[in-house]
Formats: sequence, C-alpha cells, structure tokens
Amino acid sequence: MTTATTEDFRFLQGFLHDRSAIVLGEDKQYLVESRLLPVLQRHGAESIADLVRALRRGDAAVETSVVDAMTTNETSWFRDAAPFEALRTYVIPELVASNVTRRRLAVWSAACSTGQELYSVAMLLDSEFSDVASWHLDLHGTDLSTAVVERARAGVFSPLEINRGLPAAHLVRYFNREGARFVISDSLRSRARFQTFNLARPWPQVQDYDIILLRNVLIYFDVDTKRHVLESARAHLRPGGFLLLGTAETPRGLVTGLRPVSVGATTVFRREES
Amino acid sequence: MRAMVVDDSRAMRSLLRQILLHLGIDVVEAADGRAAVEMVEAGPVPDLALVDWHMPVMDGLELVVELRSHREWRHMMIMMVTTESEHENMVRALLAGANEYLIKPFTADAVVEKLGLLGLHCAAAPSGDSYGGGILP
Repeated sequence: MTTATTEDFRFLQGFLHDRSAIVLGEDKQYLVESRLLPVLQRHGAESIADLVRALRRGDAAVETSVVDAMTTNETSWFRDAAPFEALRTYVIPELVASNVTRRRLAVWSAACSTGQELYSVAMLLDSEFSDVASWHLDLHGTDLSTAVVERARAGVFSPLEINRGLPAAHLVRYFNREGARFVISDSLRSRARFQTFNLARPWPQVQDYDIILLRNVLIYFDVDTKRHVLESARAHLRPGGFLLLGTAETPRGLVTGLRPVSVGATTVFRREES
Repeated sequence: MRAMVVDDSRAMRSLLRQILLHLGIDVVEAADGRAAVEMVEAGPVPDLALVDWHMPVMDGLELVVELRSHREWRHMMIMMVTTESEHENMVRALLAGANEYLIKPFTADAVVEKLGLLGLHCAAAPSGDSYGGGILP
C-alpha cells in the first residue's frame, strides 16, 4: 500500500525535521507518497508502513534514501541570471580588489544539489576574471543529500540538464561529450570540492568564506532553523564577504550584521566589517 | 517579437510554435533551409530563428552560413535546436554565427532560459512553476 496512514505521515514529518530541519506541511502527504514510491521499489518494501518500520529500527540505507527522495534538487546553470549578474558586475570585482594582496578567494555553495551552481561560479571566474586564475581558489559545495553530492563530484550531466541555462559558448568550452552525456572539464572539476553537510546541525570551525550562496534553502526551514543557519553563515563569512539568498528569502528580522546591497535586479547581503 | 521555426518535422515545428506562442512570440515555419531563406527574403525579417540541423534541401549549418552572409539580417538571433551534439559540430555552428544551442529533447523551461540568454525576455513562462515544462522530443 503506497498511501501513508496519519501515524506514518506524522513519523515521517518528525524524521525529516530531525534529519534535515525541513518542515513538511500537513498538505504534503501526496508529495511524500509520490516521492517515496521509487524508494519502496529500491528497497523491496511493499508499503510506506514497511519503510517507516525500517526507519524506526534505524536502517541507515533506507534513511539516506528517504532524505534524498524528500529533498528538492531543482537547479540549473546560472540559475535566475540576476544573482550571477550581481556576482559578475559587483561582488567579484569588489572581492578581487579587497583580496588582491591575499590572492585568495573562497566560495561556498551551501545547497549545491548536483553542482550546477558551484560550477557556474567556476565558469564565471574562469571566463571573466582571468587575473584570479593564479590565486588560491577554494570552491566548496555541500548538500544534505549524499546522492546529489556524488553526482556533483562526478560532474556528469544529461542533455536535459545541459540545456537548462548553460550558454552554448560555455558548453563547448567547459564540457566534453562522452556517449550521451556531458562531462565537466578536468580544469573546473579539479578546482571544486563537494561534501555532504546538514545546515541545520552545528557548523564546524571551518575557514572564512568570501561568498556564501545559500539560495532557496531557508524557505524549507522553521524560524529557529532559519536563524541558526543565517547566524552561522554570517559567522563563516569574512568581514566584507557576501551572502546570496533566494529571491523569496531575507535575513531581515532574523540576524544582524548583514547589510543589504541592491545590485541590478537582485539584493546581496554584505557582512559588516565589525 | 517574431520567430521563424525551421525544422523538417511537422511535430517539432508544432511543439515549438506552441511554446513560443505561449510566450507571446509570433511564429512562422519553414520545413528546410532553402524555404527559410526565401521566407526571410520575402520579409519581414524575424528577430529569432530556431534551426534544426539535419534537414533536406539545405541543412541547418548551411542555413546559418547563408543567413550570416547578409549584413542586413545580422540582428537576427539564431538558435540551433537539434539532436546533433557532437562537440566539433556545436563549435562549427557557433563559429558560423549561431548564437545559442539547444539539444533535443528539451523542456519548455529550457527554451525560456535559452531565450533569456539571448536577451529575449518573454511575456510569460509556459507553465506555472519552473519545472513544469515536461520533456519534448
């Protein structure tokens, strides 16, 4: 049976919130059932109740599959255009000027999905900021889902994925065709590193970033988690560094010390110096 | 805005027409490169040409070369829409003067995003959300 009982749905709501901080509304029962169908097949389960039993006894493989299935991985190259235009015209030029003696730039795509966002930044840096090529570049991507992190690391994309917002000039410059798939060039892949990371959990003492891309993630969280994530992001930005959020997201009322800067059709948030 | 869809498949022309009309773009159709050149010569010159590669009479690459040989048509944006995805051929099309490249199959969203890359911002997306385009052959 592929429908979830109220009790199973409650358990799944709690499980997902515990593992990912994602808030699953009462109206999302259909979404749960449709997304868990492939998980049932993969693990040979006959019903949602079977899956819930596996989760209750702590079956790690099922836990990973359920989290992967329930997280949204919508992405495209240079997604939404305006944030990348802001990076090109304002954010990166500002950082190139301020980091010229350090010769270092660190970018974190904090919900990187299959890697398109981070690789888009890599292409932007390579094609438009040649003076940065000799700097120490740290291009870091993380995502909650193990499956998408593995795909990002592999850098292999289908034609359907390649079509989504990738300029043709970048396609021929940065990808090689292998059979029916497109593989990102070694020069870009070797500059990017990808890891699994749960934003809702305590953040490690990692390096300071110049740019954090945290786009279309906060919308899935409750207020406390949003505050935790935003405070952590601010703390992990270098003074003068930039936070980019999704169009419908804002730090207003949740965290201080991030100054909004309008750039073209979008707003970026700059960590204040002190 | 006016677009010319050049493809020997009637079904493909119909699909692209549907997407473009939904975006508020007028559409004319040609079934091969030669018919497309005649259509442009007769005017009005379209703002955008969506060009298949493998067609009878005159193929897509020959069409791009022909269109780009006329200075008075240079404002026309050209996007290849084709199953041809050999790296070398994509480079040839771009060097010949194509501005963008869309590989079949594609989603309606991908068409919108590619038009955005060409600076052609459309009236409305073909679907309510950003992932509802479905897969078109």
